[in-house]
Amino acid sequence: MHIMEGFLPPAHALGWTAAAAPFLAWGLHAMGRSLRAHPERRMLLGVAAAFAFLLSALKLPSVTGSCSHPTGVGLGALLFGPAAMVPVGFVVLLFQALLLAHGGITTLGANVFSMAIVGPFVSYGVFRAGAALGLSRSIAVFLAACLGDLATYVTTSAQLALAFPDAVGGFATSFFKFAGIFALTQVPIAISEGLLTVLVVNAMARFNAHELRALPVMAARTRETA
Amino acid sequence: MKIRTWGILAAVVLLTVLPLWLVNAPPGGEGMFGGSDDAARAAIGTVAPGYRPWFAPVIEPASAEIASLLFALQAAAGAGVIGYWLGLSVARERARRDVAAPSQDRRAD
Repeated sequence: MHIMEGFLPPAHALGWTAAAAPFLAWGLHAMGRSLRAHPERRMLLGVAAAFAFLLSALKLPSVTGSCSHPTGVGLGALLFGPAAMVPVGFVVLLFQALLLAHGGITTLGANVFSMAIVGPFVSYGVFRAGAALGLSRSIAVFLAACLGDLATYVTTSAQLALAFPDAVGGFATSFFKFAGIFALTQVPIAISEGLLTVLVVNAMARFNAHELRALPVMAARTRETA
Repeated sequence: MKIRTWGILAAVVLLTVLPLWLVNAPPGGEGMFGGSDDAARAAIGTVAPGYRPWFAPVIEPASAEIASLLFALQAAAGAGVIGYWLGLSVARERARRDVAAPSQDRRAD
């Protein structure tokens, strides 16, 4: 989902940066407040950030014959709320943009918007909806992480289609072209991310029940399953 | 619980490995399993042939090896923290169990 350095026209690059900046400020504020009130959460926040670091470094093969990577931000969004994952995703993307020439500084705003804002917020929304529908925790977590991951890549496709509308078909034609590359490739990878997130949440539920009690993932009334 | 955990891990491995088998090489003999980011760059080239990137990366990894080193570093940092947490959690639970029932079987599974 990394839009490469220089591959968004200046107006788009600026626009997405301006759109992402308030979320980053909000996320930093929310994260600081949460950690001041609950210092015992530091460890789990570290695990959530580590999960995003690990997963976004793994480029996995997919059915379309190209490789893509999961985002890993769904886990943290479920645990700490979506805003807390904005700074985490920002750090990952900054690391990759600065040292790896993967993504870029000019496209950082757009990439933060898709991976660190849309992804976590969709994950969080799907989880709350799943919990409200009475799904078991594992199913709700799976759907949340999986769909959040997909949403990131659909967002990237839309960003590119906005910047590069097709000469004939306009935005829609271009969107399907990019979605055919990003979103389709992402389907099996998103499923993997959903499954891995379930594993980590299950382990946390077993080992960190005390710290989890007040967090969104446990506060939602999902059915407990073994 | 344990069986389900292994089942999930097996599913992740299958989801990752099966595409390597199932996808046939394209007729042109082009490189397989390149990054989707590169595929998108190529698509931009067809939609907007006149577009030239207006900014270049400040630092570029000297080679594919250096790039993979940095990606491995990123993954290792993440996996290290997760491993630390899991180890700590298992040990903590074992200690708790020992306090509750000192002469029990010590295996924490």
